[in-house]
Amino acid sequence: MRCRKCGQQAVINMRHYKLALCASHYLEWFVERTERTIRKYRMFTHDDRILVAVSGGKDSLALWDVLLRLGYQADGLYIDLGIKGDFDYSARSRVKAQTFAALNPQARLWVISIPELYGESVIEVARRKRRGQRPCAVCGLIKRHEMNRVALEKGYTVLATGHNLDDEAAVLFGNVMQWKAGYLVRQAPVLPADGEGLARKVKPFCRFYERETAAYTLLRGIDYIYEECPFARGATSLAHKAILTRMEHQSPGTKLQFYVHFLRAKADGLFCEAEARPPMHPCPQCGQPTASDGLCSFCRLWAR
Amino acid sequence: MHVTYRERKWTFDEKLTVIQLLKRLDILPESVLVLRNGELVAEDQHLRPGDQVRIVAVVSGG
Repeated sequence: MRCRKCGQQAVINMRHYKLALCASHYLEWFVERTERTIRKYRMFTHDDRILVAVSGGKDSLALWDVLLRLGYQADGLYIDLGIKGDFDYSARSRVKAQTFAALNPQARLWVISIPELYGESVIEVARRKRRGQRPCAVCGLIKRHEMNRVALEKGYTVLATGHNLDDEAAVLFGNVMQWKAGYLVRQAPVLPADGEGLARKVKPFCRFYERETAAYTLLRGIDYIYEECPFARGATSLAHKAILTRMEHQSPGTKLQFYVHFLRAKADGLFCEAEARPPMHPCPQCGQPTASDGLCSFCRLWAR
Repeated sequence: MHVTYRERKWTFDEKLTVIQLLKRLDILPESVLVLRNGELVAEDQHLRPGDQVRIVAVVSGG
């Protein structure tokens, strides 16, 4: 298998594009494609200050790396969730983020610790709220709140996450299977700032397969946390990913078509809110927007 | 060749291509990348006795 651009031995074959590339042309292709996605969805410009949510995993570290290579003003945010498991997951992933940051001194890494700020790890608060069987939802709520808070407090104009095509296709699949119309309307590569407390959110890797971001990270020699979060085992989203990967194996390009055609259908007005969303107002405690009458769902987590 | 994938290990004494190895282990090529002696290799590449092969799962998240 030869690189389509130079004829050297290819290191990766992307059947969905009928494209095989050598290491150097793959790295070039990956960076150029990221830039095209950023422009296609008008995610941000070189004037923006970007905060990259960095987990220590392959996607977020690859994203931070690509944005820096493209010359964007991109700093990182690592949120220590206090997850231990049997291999000290948070501590190890934090080291990966810090190691990357040390190699890129032009960028800054913000580190916040949920146990230090709020007195409990995400697992402890999930158990206290009797949601210990499914801590992922609590974890997601905490991360979204804290990413938004730090982005606004530190004056970043854009919050970027490393969500890839497999992530987006799995979420879409889950929402379609349950016809969650409200979620379908809001799934997009860009969620604009609302001017009332929500930062602009973007997903520059939304058109990359997970395999492609992993290949970029390996070829760039970026050290990332290979193990999954110990609490992700058995998660529905992983089951959906497995189903979609089997379909992809039978028919290359399935995930990309599923996601891209969804975005086109949405742009054509196929999906709309079933009913008007309730008005948002600032949470009396943290100030972030909420549709609840009292405290937002994040602040309710910590109320005892 | 010595093959590792997650916490599992195998040894094969014959020459195989990457795609043959994955088929034998019942692993979908779309879900992994394969490193031969630390270098990323495409599916048609040969793996020989003595090679250190690491199969890297690419799925993450929850």
